[in-house]
Amino acid sequence: MTHFSKRSVLKLAALTTVAAAVLVGCGKKEEPKAAAPAPVAKAEPLKIAFAYVGPVGDGGWTFAHDNARKALEKEFGDKIVTSFVEKVPESADAERVIRDMAGQGNKLIFGTTFGYMEPMLKVAADFKDVKFEHATGYKQADNMRTYDSRTYEGAYMAGVIAGKMTKSNTLGVVASIPIPEVIRNINTFTLGAQSVNPKIKTRVVWVNEWFNPPKETEAATSLINGGADVLFQNTDSSAVLQTAEKMGKRAFGWDSDMTAYGPKAHLGSAIINWAPYYIKATQEALDGKWTGNSGIWWGVKEGAIDMVSVAADIPEETKKRVDEIRAGLKDGSFAIWKGPIVGQDGKEILAKDAVADDKFLSGVNFYVKGVDGKVPSGKK
Amino acid sequence: MEAYALLLAATLNAGTVLALAALGLLINEKAGVVNLGAEGLMLCAAIAGFVAVVHTGSDLLGFAAGMGAGALLAALFGVLVIWLGTNQYATGLALSLFGVGFSAFVGIKYVQEKLPPRPQFSWPVLGDIPLLGPALFKQHPLVYGAMLIAAALIWFLYKSRTGLVLRAVGESPASAHALGYPVRLIRLAAVVAGGALCGLAGAYLSVIYTPLWVEGMVAGKGWIALALTTFATWRPARVLLGAYLFGGVTMLQFHLQGAGVDVPSQMLTALPYVATIVVLALISRNPTWIRVNMPASLGKPFHPG
Repeated sequence: MTHFSKRSVLKLAALTTVAAAVLVGCGKKEEPKAAAPAPVAKAEPLKIAFAYVGPVGDGGWTFAHDNARKALEKEFGDKIVTSFVEKVPESADAERVIRDMAGQGNKLIFGTTFGYMEPMLKVAADFKDVKFEHATGYKQADNMRTYDSRTYEGAYMAGVIAGKMTKSNTLGVVASIPIPEVIRNINTFTLGAQSVNPKIKTRVVWVNEWFNPPKETEAATSLINGGADVLFQNTDSSAVLQTAEKMGKRAFGWDSDMTAYGPKAHLGSAIINWAPYYIKATQEALDGKWTGNSGIWWGVKEGAIDMVSVAADIPEETKKRVDEIRAGLKDGSFAIWKGPIVGQDGKEILAKDAVADDKFLSGVNFYVKGVDGKVPSGKK
Repeated sequence: MEAYALLLAATLNAGTVLALAALGLLINEKAGVVNLGAEGLMLCAAIAGFVAVVHTGSDLLGFAAGMGAGALLAALFGVLVIWLGTNQYATGLALSLFGVGFSAFVGIKYVQEKLPPRPQFSWPVLGDIPLLGPALFKQHPLVYGAMLIAAALIWFLYKSRTGLVLRAVGESPASAHALGYPVRLIRLAAVVAGGALCGLAGAYLSVIYTPLWVEGMVAGKGWIALALTTFATWRPARVLLGAYLFGGVTMLQFHLQGAGVDVPSQMLTALPYVATIVVLALISRNPTWIRVNMPASLGKPFHPG
């Protein structure tokens, strides 16, 4: 019967669409260099490649990485050549793309999302002379190391502002994928808000993707409908801020300065500056001092994290508080994850005056008191 | 209570995209043509509408551009399957794949492009009623437009002479041909009209609903709209209700999460698709439901003489 064949075709069609979307998503781009070809006598420039999970125009996560790549070119001039591939899915395609980068003679490769961890590890085993840098992961090798930024420090400063600016005492978070980094950010955001306003409740909606603007929009809409008046997101686009702008609520920029996407709604942007690390890593590679099997976790202290473009209508005392936190994080006098910190069930997680170490922070898989709902069970 | 009123509002809004597209596909199918290209067609219309609004600042021109793009692609599809007799399913799939790629290519420069401030709508007086106002009377005009289109389609298909001819072409093209009706032209007109409605749905998505452009942003709504026509057993009123039901499931999963209900979010994300499969399985168990309303010549090419 006809209707039967239509349905089976539908299924096939869905599969094919996915395949096609993946193919389309892998367009390769080589940045043309303005400089003339290098003089003959000079050494070969170091070839550096970047694999991005989103489009460089996402205005958030990938945009921040690409800005750092541009800063790198400015810093080293014709000593290096950079290229990037955007929208590399966190799947088997990632390995193909990264292998291709190594095959094309790139000697330093940056993979900028958690999901590239296994693919990079595999390729690293086959290309011993290539140096691999993996963002936000935890697996290392002789020629592969990890780097990450303490995004939760930005989340804390955002929380302080949100706690002051909310009228409904309900904050909303559009969350991406339930890994410790994201759960930690939700908690830290809530802790920041509670530090100025103990009545705060945080509601969380998971979209299970890093970059899907229509879904982020729907999630933000439902949070606002549920009574949240200040939104925060751990997704990669500006959709949440734009939704807040449309519905007359407030929100933050994340990863990059997003002021332009919602000038009325924008309270501040928690940004990541990857440039200092990219410059350091490149310098080490050029000097032959690069070593694998290590990892760094940079924050406000190293200039990797900041809260910028704070809105004019935020009270002076709150602005001052954010400045104090920034200064405290810089000189090490202030710790965000310092007890007493209580879990959802009221049990103490961190005793009074105990300070969480990095091992504790990288394993956060619970909500603190004040966050509604349960952590999705799909851990990592 | 307020939260439920707003949930209803969000449901109507989410259902509108599906309703517009599915009503368009219903016109196609009533004339006997299945257009599996809906997803790609909606994507092309979404970028066309978005580009038009970015450059002109007029939402109306955006909708017109979306409908134009949808109609154009549908006409191409129509000529291929109706005159050249290519396989409807294969051609539709090709159109869908083409649309995904082509819209991504055209849209490269428009990712993260900003639209002028989006307008807010509210009915005078009615919009101020507590609960009912925010639930029903603060929607974009196209939300009501979709309902009107559904009503008009019911009248057209079942009360008007032209609608009867259209259905005859879908049921028995040979008889319609014998009576002297230009079967292929009527099918083309139905395909183009359906394409325009799908295009309107795509433009609504990128101009009003999200509102921004990113490749692949239709995200399976075209396929759900196709399933909807079967789900609704080819009745316009049921198509409309089904669209709101599907829209409701999408919004409900976010609402439940926000309310702190302990349901795995991954499961909830899959819910609309699970619902599609369950409903298809259920109605397929009852052949009369399908046979009564399914155009008898659906998907079959017609060669006069």
